[in-house]
Amino acid sequence: MTVPDSTAAATGVPTGTGKQLLRLATAGSVDDGKSTLIGRLLLDAKLILQDTLDALHRNGTDGAPDLASITDGLRAEREQGITIDVAYRYFTTPRRAFIIADTPGHERYTRNMVTGASTAQLAVILIDARHGIIEQSRRHACLSGLLGIRHMVAAVNKMDLVDWDESRFRAIESEFSALAQQLGVHDARSFPISALNGDNVVERGAAGWYDGPPLLEHLEAVDVASDRGAGPLRLPVQWVIRPEDGARGERRYAGQLAGGTLRPGDPVVVLPAGSRTTVTAVETHDGPLESAAPPDSVSVQLADDLDVGRGELLCSPGQLPASGRRIEATVCWMSESPLRAGEHVALKHTTRTVRAAVESIDSLLDLTTLGDGPPPDELSLNDIARITLRTAAPIVADPYTENRTTGAFILIDEDSNDTVAAGMVRRVRAGGREPEHSPGVTWHESGLEREHRWDSLGTRGATVWLTGLPASGKSTIAAQLERILVEDGHPAYFLDGDNLRHGLSGDLAFSPADRTENIRRVAHVARLIADAGMVAIASLVSPAHHDRALARELHEAAGLPFLEVYVDTPVEVAEKRDPKGLYALARAGRLQDFTGVSAPYEVPEQPDVTVRTAEEDVSASAERLKQALERLWFPA
Amino acid sequence: MPDIVSGLIRASPSVSSKPDRLSVRLSCSRVTAPDHLHALESEAVHVFREVAAELERPVLLFSGGKDSIVLLRLAEKAFRPGRFPFPVMHVDTGHNFPEVLEYRDRRVEEIGERLIVAKVEDSIAAGRAREEWDASKPGSSRNRLQTVTLLDAIEHGRFDAAFGGARRDEERARAKERIFSFRDDFGQWDPRAQRPEVWNLYNGRIRRGEHVRVFPLSNWTELDIWHYIRQEELELPSIYFAHEREVFEHDGMLYAVSEYVEPSSEPFTESVRYRTVGDMTITGAVRSSATVVADVISEIAATRVTERGETRADDRTSEAAMEDRKRLGYF
Repeated sequence: MTVPDSTAAATGVPTGTGKQLLRLATAGSVDDGKSTLIGRLLLDAKLILQDTLDALHRNGTDGAPDLASITDGLRAEREQGITIDVAYRYFTTPRRAFIIADTPGHERYTRNMVTGASTAQLAVILIDARHGIIEQSRRHACLSGLLGIRHMVAAVNKMDLVDWDESRFRAIESEFSALAQQLGVHDARSFPISALNGDNVVERGAAGWYDGPPLLEHLEAVDVASDRGAGPLRLPVQWVIRPEDGARGERRYAGQLAGGTLRPGDPVVVLPAGSRTTVTAVETHDGPLESAAPPDSVSVQLADDLDVGRGELLCSPGQLPASGRRIEATVCWMSESPLRAGEHVALKHTTRTVRAAVESIDSLLDLTTLGDGPPPDELSLNDIARITLRTAAPIVADPYTENRTTGAFILIDEDSNDTVAAGMVRRVRAGGREPEHSPGVTWHESGLEREHRWDSLGTRGATVWLTGLPASGKSTIAAQLERILVEDGHPAYFLDGDNLRHGLSGDLAFSPADRTENIRRVAHVARLIADAGMVAIASLVSPAHHDRALARELHEAAGLPFLEVYVDTPVEVAEKRDPKGLYALARAGRLQDFTGVSAPYEVPEQPDVTVRTAEEDVSASAERLKQALERLWFPA
Repeated sequence: MPDIVSGLIRASPSVSSKPDRLSVRLSCSRVTAPDHLHALESEAVHVFREVAAELERPVLLFSGGKDSIVLLRLAEKAFRPGRFPFPVMHVDTGHNFPEVLEYRDRRVEEIGERLIVAKVEDSIAAGRAREEWDASKPGSSRNRLQTVTLLDAIEHGRFDAAFGGARRDEERARAKERIFSFRDDFGQWDPRAQRPEVWNLYNGRIRRGEHVRVFPLSNWTELDIWHYIRQEELELPSIYFAHEREVFEHDGMLYAVSEYVEPSSEPFTESVRYRTVGDMTITGAVRSSATVVADVISEIAATRVTERGETRADDRTSEAAMEDRKRLGYF
């Protein structure tokens, strides 16, 4: 029973309760007896109060309380007899305070399980002794592992229904240990219980052969505190406290510690700015601290007068997180509307929110094996997948496996404002969405107006971007267009995708990420050529919407005409042409990631011009493109 | 003003000075896990700062009850030595305990922040709400009307976030409510359309006209509140401690005799305290001899009835009473 702790009473010093907090997540369905288990924990620990118990008896049958109904909070849940949402339950024993995030087990509610597991330190996986570890149990364990939970418990329930068969339990126990091992979880224990009868939940139970502790005793003892303050310092700045009449130097940077230990005198680096300074004081409303560690909410004063704001991260020098615009991550998709590559979202990471584009969906995670499946065209509700994001500004992050705070993010739909994904950082890379500027480098203005330069040359600049399947005829049309433009007095230059890969992009392969990088480079070269006053004619397969969109954005931002041309040739026609024999190689499986065969081509939704090579000859096509260009330069 | 001071009781008057507590915290913060109250405090402070940073015009709802008193202390922890980046607001039904109103004014003045009082009487006078209270009917109240006054005050102040002291342990529907709880432009809560709340990453984005109710105490229990009151030496309105009061019994609850309610049975004098603070018309007292916080904690630890079940007529109406009122925009 909960009583005020005696030491505080004796000394008269109020130290709170002196108990540690353990956040745990339970996963399983009503069939597994999960709600019954929670009800049993609360009932046997005498934490269900009389009026609640009365209500349970009213719902129950044969005078036994309906333990399961404790956790069904919403009317719809009671009416349908299911658990839909995460329910939080609280109980306290003389040794610990517990927060239970009770989550539904069904695959349909994966997002709710992710929500509950995101803050949990321990997961209790319900297993029906009659059925053993089924696919759903594996999913629960894998999800818990994925979300970084380092302590797992298998509550092997309904042991009474298998007559407390020890061999049955031992088989499940060893299978569970092996699964935990595979997930990298080193603390995994199994308990033979009957939630309905209360065996081995709070009190010891029927099985004479079981010599371990009851479940609650384990939950009270499991060590979740020893890694507190471990790892490098991470303090995301949340809020700047300006004392009412304070001088600038007295500003305090407030935030909740996300990693490491913070002490006055510590040298720190402020990211992404990169400035170095020293912590002069670690403050709270109750006075200065000698040291702080997660999850303390504190504020700090710094030795130097820096312009530090919300969204910046204080870190230990020498142990800096990665900084970059390209984020490889595992996400759980939480929205009813699907996610496709190329879409734009807002990304909230620690105290910083930036815009981001989904560069690619890289693979779909199979939760029962934790293996990668082939990338789907789109993510549906509850899918867990690896994706690559490009952000509009650099993100400073750790891998989620190293830090559950600085490695986590959410994605927000900017139209509906909904939280649409929970994300875990796998890797941060430098390359990404085109920066406004490279740090430390300023764009050198030549001082010459573009119009002035163009007028003196008697010409205009522009970029024509031809996209289409391999062997669709892009290069043939591009070469023809180059010729007629030059003959007509318009300087033009043909940027051939294959030629560029020999030099400029000689270091790149054909993965989605490398394709994006290749296009980024070509788009830049084209922009410079166009700015100089020539027509850049780029001929690239460029299969992804978002890559072509980047090229267009780059030109539009610079005020340069951009013509997207879709060379629409049916794949059968292109394959028949196949001048380089590539389709044949791809069909034979000797060429990976070949667009049209083993990699997708995203048809442009609104190209400026569509060329159907099966219906129009090359010179007619080139002539139409030339006319389109002229309309861009000299609108009617 | 001695009459007001006498209405306040210092929690644990015998406790020693704050530096002792600090040194205790310092010595244990490195090696072991923090005390669970400390963890809850850190979480709540984080929530306060997130709202202040991400929303334009927050407001803190303050009733003078124990939960909102804790809320006010947590706001001090989050923003001192700076000012609160929001005002404090009380929705006043006109039926409050006088001890609580005195406390409210005194406390807000002490901390030097701005108090807004939104009155249900004004909503009735303006025809926005129709009187539902009848002094001759114990159990009748202006409780439901508060919602109208609250929503009007939020709209009038153009507030986009309102901090409240609700806890998830209070009631089954609350157990599933998020820390950031969204209200549409009619102030309504839709339990089926809640945003996932993962890690400590709160999404405070809203459209014009919508607002967020923010509950920094979501993960606190009634006992946590009392332990924190003791730890922080927080003053409380005197009605939280045992005192002699004239009461009458109605429908299994002890109602205070006051100008707002006509006794339905013979009044008698009893030593009581209040477990929750609402209107005098609907808040029940419990028999008690607890005069200091430690005694209250012992009594609560031993009780077998939930606080809302014991002392709030408004929540005993039906099993889904709270869920229904929340859907309409209640606190």
